[in-house]
Amino acid sequence: MTEALAPIVVLSIEVSALALLISGAIGIPAGAWLGLASFRGRSLVRATVNAGMGLPPVLVGLVVYLLLSKSGPLASLDWLFTPSAMVLAQVLLCLPLVIGITAAAVAAISPELPLQLKSLGASAWQIRAAIVREARPGILLALTAAFGRSTSEVGAVLMVGGNIEGHTRVLTTAVVLETGQGHFATALVLGGWLLALTLAANVAIVRLHGRAPA
Amino acid sequence: MSAAPVYVLSRLGRSRGADVVLDIDALEVAAGEVLCLVGPTGAGKTTMLRILAGVEAPSSGELRVRGQVLGAGGLTLEQQRSVAMVFQRPLLLDRTVRENVAYGLAVRGTTTKDEQHALVLAVLRRLGLEAFAERRARALSGGETHLVALARSLVLDPTVLLLDEPTANLDPARVTVVEKVVRDARDERGTTVVWATHNLFQARRCADRVALLLDGRLVEVASATDFFEAPKDARTRAFVRGEMVY
Repeated sequence: MTEALAPIVVLSIEVSALALLISGAIGIPAGAWLGLASFRGRSLVRATVNAGMGLPPVLVGLVVYLLLSKSGPLASLDWLFTPSAMVLAQVLLCLPLVIGITAAAVAAISPELPLQLKSLGASAWQIRAAIVREARPGILLALTAAFGRSTSEVGAVLMVGGNIEGHTRVLTTAVVLETGQGHFATALVLGGWLLALTLAANVAIVRLHGRAPA
Repeated sequence: MSAAPVYVLSRLGRSRGADVVLDIDALEVAAGEVLCLVGPTGAGKTTMLRILAGVEAPSSGELRVRGQVLGAGGLTLEQQRSVAMVFQRPLLLDRTVRENVAYGLAVRGTTTKDEQHALVLAVLRRLGLEAFAERRARALSGGETHLVALARSLVLDPTVLLLDEPTANLDPARVTVVEKVVRDARDERGTTVVWATHNLFQARRCADRVALLLDGRLVEVASATDFFEAPKDARTRAFVRGEMVY
């Protein structure tokens, strides 16, 4: 098990980090736009995004499976049972969290602030940038929540990754496997690594917040 | 008023729902003057300042800014950058005092970081805030926040400075400093100042002209001397004597 542990931990970090990166790259601008924009149906869009925060992982796994299966529209990608499929599933699970929490953080900024920044000569884009920067604690919370979800997720990655040893096995799916085989001690060790990984990521995000330019 | 007007207001109105909060028949603000707006709470002082600052649109009438009629899009960025306003409840960014004061300079992009640093420190020194430069703005008291808000406007060396009760939370010593800094801006830089205040003594000390607003309407506009010593309107007389019951 010890020899097999390293690739499992590495793949867990790779898949979760990549999913977080993609979710952040798409979700932060989308959430900022949703928090700042004023349009008919905005409440409905926000409610839909918020509902997406509770997406059942197995449903996401099923949808991604169907998309990537031989008869699915994305079959040509040949991603099924690969880490790419796992990343895609995790991105779909994390995106609503990043968009929803970012939008809430941006929308919580006082509507008076943009006016005051305007009075100081800021352009519309400079005002938007300042507001997103003011919402930074909320955005970091969004990333923390998304990373937490991606590292702890098991249903979707099991369905689309297949838990193939040395290829798509990550910490969560390994815990499920070892528990199913009655190897509780091994499962606990893997669980400890999972916890350590989550803790390390959160410490990193908190430190990032502390060091970020004010 | 000999200088060309910076603002010309004609039948300028602002409504919120059915309520008319501002209804100015005619008013000119001359370049380089300090015009104090006085009147009870809810008289329309803040609304008028916000319209002059370009952060609130009038509902009707015409506003000319240096001869140009304000269009539907409000002030152009160039016009906006010639005006700075200190709000009644200023909101500072979650940054240091120095960074807050430098914000307007930074968004203009016309000065180097070193120049910004020097300008910021100079204005902080004038307001007695140099020791606050590296403090988090959100940790300041209400009065200090007002001073930082004034500093972030003054550092821009605006053509027009709009002040909405900037000394309301300050002790007398700080009030004196602010009044001096604003008068200096007018005398040395030719800055036009429109200043809403509840402090009639302050208006008398600092204003070239004083305007009384009641229920969104201009009651009287006169030189500070005439306003306080020979008011024409009975309501102005009552107001300056503190006899007015709102």
